[in-house]
Amino acid sequence: MVDVPLGHVGPVPGADIEDVELYHPHSWITKYVFAQDAKVIAIQYSLTALSVGLIALVLSWLMRLQLGFPGVFSFIDANAYYQFITMHGMMMVVYVLTALFLGGFGNYLIPLMVGARDMVFPYVNMLSFWVYLLAVLILIASFFAPGGPTGAGWTLYPPQAILSGTPGGQEWGIVLMLASLMVFIIGFTMGGLNYVVTVLQARARGMTLMRMPLTVWGIFTASFMALLAFPALFVGCVMMMFDRIFGTSFFLPAIVEMGQPLERSGGSPLLFQHLFWFFGHPEVYIVALPAFGIVSDLISTHARRNIFGYRMMVWALLAIGALSFVVWAHHMYVSGMNPYFGFFFATTTLIIAIPTAIKVYNWILTLWRGNIHLTVPMLFALAFIVTFVNGGLTGLFLGNVVVDVPLSDTMFVVAHFHMVMGVAPILVIFGAIYHWYPKVTGRMLNDTLGKLHFWVTFLGAYAIFFPMHYLGLMGVPRRYYEMGEMSFVPPSAHTLNAFITIVALVVGATQLTFVFNLFWSLRHGKVAGSNPWRATTLEWQTPETPPSHGNWGKAPPIVYRWAYDYSVPGAAEDFLPQNQPSAQAVSGEAHG
Amino acid sequence: MAVALILVLIVVGSVAFHLLSPWWWTPIASNWAYIDSTIVITFWITGAVFVAVVLFMAYCVYRFRHQPGRQAHYEPESKRLELWLTLVTGIGVAAMLTPGLFVWRQFITVPQDATDVEILGQQWQWSFRLPGPDGKLGASDIRLVGPDNALGISREDPNSQDDIVIEGGELRLPVGRPIKALLRSADVIHDFYIPEMRAKMDLVPGQISYIWFTPTRTGTFEILCAELCGVGHPQMRGTVIVQEQKDYQAWLQAQASRTFARLTPTAQ
Amino acid sequence: MGSSLIFLAALLAIGIWWLSRQGLMSKPWLEQGVVAEAPFPRDFTSSAARMGLGVFLAVVGSLFALLISAYAIRMQVSDWRDVPLPKVLWLNTGMLILSSAALQSAWNAARKAEEDALMVGLFAAGVAALAFLSGQLLAWRQLTADGYFLTSNAANAFFYMLTGIHGLHLLGGLVALSRTIALAWRGAQPERVRLSVGLCATYWHFLLIVWFILLSVLTAWVGIALDICRQLLT
Repeated sequence: MVDVPLGHVGPVPGADIEDVELYHPHSWITKYVFAQDAKVIAIQYSLTALSVGLIALVLSWLMRLQLGFPGVFSFIDANAYYQFITMHGMMMVVYVLTALFLGGFGNYLIPLMVGARDMVFPYVNMLSFWVYLLAVLILIASFFAPGGPTGAGWTLYPPQAILSGTPGGQEWGIVLMLASLMVFIIGFTMGGLNYVVTVLQARARGMTLMRMPLTVWGIFTASFMALLAFPALFVGCVMMMFDRIFGTSFFLPAIVEMGQPLERSGGSPLLFQHLFWFFGHPEVYIVALPAFGIVSDLISTHARRNIFGYRMMVWALLAIGALSFVVWAHHMYVSGMNPYFGFFFATTTLIIAIPTAIKVYNWILTLWRGNIHLTVPMLFALAFIVTFVNGGLTGLFLGNVVVDVPLSDTMFVVAHFHMVMGVAPILVIFGAIYHWYPKVTGRMLNDTLGKLHFWVTFLGAYAIFFPMHYLGLMGVPRRYYEMGEMSFVPPSAHTLNAFITIVALVVGATQLTFVFNLFWSLRHGKVAGSNPWRATTLEWQTPETPPSHGNWGKAPPIVYRWAYDYSVPGAAEDFLPQNQPSAQAVSGEAHG
Repeated sequence: MAVALILVLIVVGSVAFHLLSPWWWTPIASNWAYIDSTIVITFWITGAVFVAVVLFMAYCVYRFRHQPGRQAHYEPESKRLELWLTLVTGIGVAAMLTPGLFVWRQFITVPQDATDVEILGQQWQWSFRLPGPDGKLGASDIRLVGPDNALGISREDPNSQDDIVIEGGELRLPVGRPIKALLRSADVIHDFYIPEMRAKMDLVPGQISYIWFTPTRTGTFEILCAELCGVGHPQMRGTVIVQEQKDYQAWLQAQASRTFARLTPTAQ
Repeated sequence: MGSSLIFLAALLAIGIWWLSRQGLMSKPWLEQGVVAEAPFPRDFTSSAARMGLGVFLAVVGSLFALLISAYAIRMQVSDWRDVPLPKVLWLNTGMLILSSAALQSAWNAARKAEEDALMVGLFAAGVAALAFLSGQLLAWRQLTADGYFLTSNAANAFFYMLTGIHGLHLLGGLVALSRTIALAWRGAQPERVRLSVGLCATYWHFLLIVWFILLSVLTAWVGIALDICRQLLT
């Protein structure tokens, strides 16, 4: 690649780009089942991930019922409770959020937004989905295996994860969980190669890196991080599998299991934690960065204003991506590791707050002096900022090593990470679905149902997790099947727990209106047209809506401008699509 | 309009909840008031940022809502503004980090005169070991654990002869004396946590971790396990009773004679 | 986690170098029209495939760097007993070098369109790789015969795991190699064959380098080097 000189260069005719070799589907099976079209794969990924999400949601109801009304529901015993929290956590983090953002949105949006006809390796892309589905099936299978799924907590810390005191530890649960994760990682690697190489190789003519929408930047950076971080989980899984099945001593020192000495020696439980969090912390940003990118585009489009400080936003994304690999041990301040590590990891962790804060400032500065349309996607984007700022700020408590000591392993942590990487990214996912549904189906989602869904979800989720911080501040540990009697906990805390449970049930039930809306609008939604939000990015400029196989008809688009030409002074419209040549009235200011 | 109002209400509601709700940390009973201070500093800084950001958003949503004829202002970036914001953020972050790191250094630096207390976790109970009159804990190894030796104490080590072992009972500590808790686990990872002491640390099998604290008031406090350790995790409770020095010494004498009586037959 | 961080730092350096040439400091809102840029890749599939392999090697590299990190952390525990490496490993190493060299010669032949030399190179590479894998199995059998079982010490477990994972990667490479051989046998387009052979050769060289690194980790002298590093740091 050569340097990109500034300034005006004349438009180049589009016909000189060859049609790339494409796999054209011939039958229903190759079009919708073993599909190689990234858009179909995206829908397969999304529907699978949303279904897993519904299962995980139901699991969260069950555990909330136990916490809010302990002992009332006799079928939730301690074993079941730990199985529910483990599966809820692992499903949501890996099988829902990661799969949805990268496999779902990545597959749909990357080729369309960079002006490609498809992913660069469509066959591998198809395999990626099927391997992912296999991983999901293995995971679900553990519900039906003898002993049920593992109840080791989503962090799967050995030794307890593979001992008999934990549900599934000496049975099938943990084995299936590890197997499923390994399969997932293999499947993800196939997809991730596609997302990265497509961005690097298949961009349309004129689409320089700095003209890409932030959604693509976010998904691209996150994919790269995931490719490098998932091997850590893979290594941890392989080694734990050896420990569990062959009886090696990677993670198990000499211990006594239920009064009986175990034939192991020398293993290091902390080694697993290092491997797990070497993956686990980047994972937080693997979920967050696509959300950052998408929310930037939602705010910009619906406030009719360019994203403020685009360059800074890109640099911040890259900085966060790089820094997130050197903060992992902030999950281990009270793990018994060398306490001097605390100085280093607290410093790196708090430094990462700076680029993150810049992103927040730039989102709200985009609203400032904008022309804000309070559409449903915009509402979700605003709610994302509130919850993300809230959850991000409580992260400063937990990242600052000594402040973390009283708070770690309490409900404060649960409230924090649900706010910042549960509620916030899921609000973005909803916003993004309301935003791009018209492109995927050609019809708008129902607005009234959307607003109902939004207000209940946002205010409800806030009411669930904001008070929960204070339970943790009081000292209530997380992962307690029942709080029982604690001398320092006032009875009113039980009332608060019951309140949280009721809100959680209401919020959960409201998601059904969203599911209903998805299906109902497919037939009855308002016909959208090709660009209902009057957006600039390429996916809204396809010749057909929904885009057909190959996306662009005869010739792929040529890109003449960056992704954020909204409300350019002197322009006829308040948006200039990226593929629109500069012929239309553009004032001198825009030329610089 | 409604959206802006709700955003303002979220801010007002959150601040009101913080100030008025009955749920707050338990009264401290150790020397770690510094940790509480760092939490308070962090609450002030983060609270101010939260209020400022959300109120500014509410203002924008109200002031710049779509109206016929409105056009957004075109301004790709403002280097100066972004630089200032970065700088201010950096200062805020430093204001939280610096005191935190100072307190952390204290937290991991055990005073010379601290008394060793061993705390052993196993599924799902706490056991304790106090040094006898010699002030030293004897060596131990998990491989030695047996029916008559729940803590795996090495009987060959002369230092272990007078150690006081409390299995699954109450731990007593003297008020005003620094305590170094040596944490061991027999099976899985546990976490020694007393909310009133603000201190917390994992017990990792195969190694000995530590924390130190000085109890500052007498009373009975609950020990919780704060690291998932299997199905019995929430039932893994213990009790620590902080006493005046003289009451503590009396109890210690009684324990020492009991331990001696129990150990003598097995030593033969 | 030292070796993983070194590996990531190297990738980061490559990333920064590459991004520095992408106009990351430019102000995109000032640019209109199709800016002058790299010519659209002339051969789209081959450059995408090469880049795909490059990214994949980064993933595999990350995997091995993490395994070595785990090894370095675990070996500090006092129960560690080094495994005496079976002599056959040196023969295996020779086989792997041979295999890599044969593929390189096949690649050269493909570039010069010498079909016979190409086939000879491909087959030789395949046979040598199979010899390497059988040799590894032999090493496993020798170790178990001498009483170095998987579970008896973590050093043994690491030996079996590291060589096993390396072997599985080579096995995957053999699948790709056999497809390449089939491609060349059928007389497919020369460019396709050249691309395929080139990708295989790159992958083989990479696995050879990984094997050298693993070998130096498994032999005692890298332990000594690690000790020296640790003493320098503390």
